[in-house]
Amino acid sequence: MEALSLPAALSLVAGGGAGLSPELRAALGASLPLLQRDYRFERVWFWGCIQGVRGAYYIAQGLGPDRAAPRSRLYSLNCLDWSLLTPATEEMLALAEEVKGRFQGDPSFEYSLAEINPEAAARLVQSGKEPVMKEEARLIATIEQIDRAVGIVPRGAFVKTPLGSVHENRHFEGLSLVEAKKLSSYFHFTEPTNLKNKTLLEKADLDPSTDFLNSLEHDIPQGKGSWSIQLEKGGSVVVLRSLLWLGLTFYHVPMTKQFGYIYFGTGEKNLDLPFML
Amino acid sequence: EGGHGPYQPHEPGYGLDQPGYSPYEDEIPDAQARMLAIKNAKAYLLKTSTKSGLNLYDHFATILTKILDEQPANTVDIIETISQDVKWAQFRKKMDTLRDEHLIPPTFEAAEKCKALFIKEAGEEEHEELDEEMGEPALPNVMETAFYFEQAGIGLSKDECYYIFLAFKNLISVQPIQTCRFWGKILGLEMNYIIAEVQLREGEEEEEEREGEEEETVAEEKEMGEGEEEEEQKEKEPEPPKSTYKPPPEIPKEANGTGTNKYVYFVCNEPGKPWVKLPPVTPAQIVCARQIKKFFTGRLDAPIVSFPPFPGNEANYLRAQIARISAGTHVSPTGFYQFPEDEEEEEGGDTYEENPEFEPPPVAEMVESLAMWAHHVKGILKQGRCVWINPAQKSEEDEEEGEEEEEEEEEEHQEETGQPLLTLISEDEGMKNIPAWTAQASTNLIPEYSIAILQSNRWPGAYAFASGRKFENIYFGWGHKYSPESHTPALPPPAEAEFPSEPGITEAADPTVEEELAFKAAQEEALAEAEEEEEEEGEDD
Repeated sequence: MEALSLPAALSLVAGGGAGLSPELRAALGASLPLLQRDYRFERVWFWGCIQGVRGAYYIAQGLGPDRAAPRSRLYSLNCLDWSLLTPATEEMLALAEEVKGRFQGDPSFEYSLAEINPEAAARLVQSGKEPVMKEEARLIATIEQIDRAVGIVPRGAFVKTPLGSVHENRHFEGLSLVEAKKLSSYFHFTEPTNLKNKTLLEKADLDPSTDFLNSLEHDIPQGKGSWSIQLEKGGSVVVLRSLLWLGLTFYHVPMTKQFGYIYFGTGEKNLDLPFML
Repeated sequence: EGGHGPYQPHEPGYGLDQPGYSPYEDEIPDAQARMLAIKNAKAYLLKTSTKSGLNLYDHFATILTKILDEQPANTVDIIETISQDVKWAQFRKKMDTLRDEHLIPPTFEAAEKCKALFIKEAGEEEHEELDEEMGEPALPNVMETAFYFEQAGIGLSKDECYYIFLAFKNLISVQPIQTCRFWGKILGLEMNYIIAEVQLREGEEEEEEREGEEEETVAEEKEMGEGEEEEEQKEKEPEPPKSTYKPPPEIPKEANGTGTNKYVYFVCNEPGKPWVKLPPVTPAQIVCARQIKKFFTGRLDAPIVSFPPFPGNEANYLRAQIARISAGTHVSPTGFYQFPEDEEEEEGGDTYEENPEFEPPPVAEMVESLAMWAHHVKGILKQGRCVWINPAQKSEEDEEEGEEEEEEEEEEHQEETGQPLLTLISEDEGMKNIPAWTAQASTNLIPEYSIAILQSNRWPGAYAFASGRKFENIYFGWGHKYSPESHTPALPPPAEAEFPSEPGITEAADPTVEEELAFKAAQEEALAEAEEEEEEEGEDD
């Protein structure tokens, strides 16, 4: 969520019980603008917090002029000193799928891959690296996975220019209350995968400037989906909580431009989802 | 040398500056034709579209008016969107003379309910006087607890906390409550649950038990009446063999006020909605709840479809999870509670009282060593109760069962013992390499005023804080236990053994042809012998 609107946004997301202490909020208010200055980001988003066993990681994202470009991610252990994370690679993502369990809270902790997945360990040894995975790499991969899977925005909030870059839509007035209750009004903010699979009839209704992303309707499991939509305060806030990555909360105030998502959780995928619905 | 003109014949611009030879000469005629061309162009722009009834001329005029009125920045970049908006604004049905029904969005209804929380009733002054006589106030200070938890970054927004505070006040004025506590909030798919942990005044509980018993006896009588009718019908038809499966004896639930049913829980979906009392929990429900993992929908009457089939609906499942979370994560600083000195310390001791000589240790110690915290809720045994009961004892009351079966059942049930009350949490087992609890101080920058925070790793979402003599437990989460491995549902039990052997059912091989012939020959021999004997007897006569 936007760094500038963080206090108001945190109170809207607090229905899940997770939030930030006043000390951390104050620290963020001081350090996020400095991040923007130092790295010359156009926008800084506070992404959320991953709880480790011994400590927590606080994550921020910086965006450049093209909002859909790969984002720079930074982490901090105390919301004051931020370290840049390298972009995620496919190899990291594949390895991170193997590692299960909580984060330890120490960025230099190493997961011994030999115990978890001997094949991957053997491959790494062959290519000359040690058969371990650092917690930092796991962190990078997890954040990338969460963003890809459940990072969502309302429909119409972003437009794609003819040149291909993506900007905020200054004409976005917010979803109406009726639209806000439907899963189809929200998009995943990542590379679209199934736009081409739509039939020509469906494509004819789409508006290429705003409908260039995957909508949430097709999230597995179908039907109930992997989202819980709730109207809080009698409809003045729409809160979507992801059931696949427990802890991701998206909020939107209908008929206004306010929206955002934040993650407060342990950084583990909820693989039991089909049993729980 | 002197500039650009006059162009030489071999240069490209030769002759273009002469009148009659410029590039567009053949397209733009003289002045009159030019006026005609302009009129044609305007008529073209005014042509109405067959699809939408708009024309381009008016559309451009409206766009330009709008842009000049609003003067947005970087207009040329958003010109397409402006054009779209103008088109959408055109489509207003002016044909309807009826006024639109004034839609009341649900926002206002919710606001009404919240406002109702703030209204003080007229008869409240009398209640306040009575409360002073009774003793300590039953209303928990939700805002104070919320302040402490906020230091750790846990908790709801201040508005919601205050609504919950007022909702508690309503609950106390309606129900006869002795002590009351905000237990926490459990999230659901459609709605959430706000849960209050309550101890009712002693007289009230007995009345409710009696009402419950009366309902049960009425139901039993109805069943007896129906059973008699069915038996009459069954005597006419031949019955299939009855199965010898006897379900394991039902373990009785713990009495209200002890063990898992020590507290009564009230839930509501949102502050402002009426409070609903949850039924007491039975051991069967706890045992089943351990094997399933389901999201709560937010409706108390929703069925739970699972395997093993859960004996109850969502209200029972919610109550079972609350019992498990309370037993697993309610902790207090060691020494805050002690066993009463009058009673002997039994292993099954369920009561504890505050220790008046408790000296709160400094925050740094509370955070470093988990031995400074202790459970004050009894753990739940495998059986589903806090105090073990031998189910075979109940079977002695049934005179129908044979003695042999009683002996078999007694051998199977071994007494289960759990950890005694007030165990230190340092003895809680972790999972793999994850400890059961994580302790932190709320701030490292201002250690004088920091408080100790405990997070449970077995039940993510359970927190506890301690600051001096104040401590509190709370839960915010989805209501599920953490397991490092994925949830594996229980497999169905093996198929039942076949029916007991009875002459009508047992299989026997049909006799082969040789056997039949041999049997026939033997029969004929026997007949022939019998005839000879009769003939002999007849001859004798």
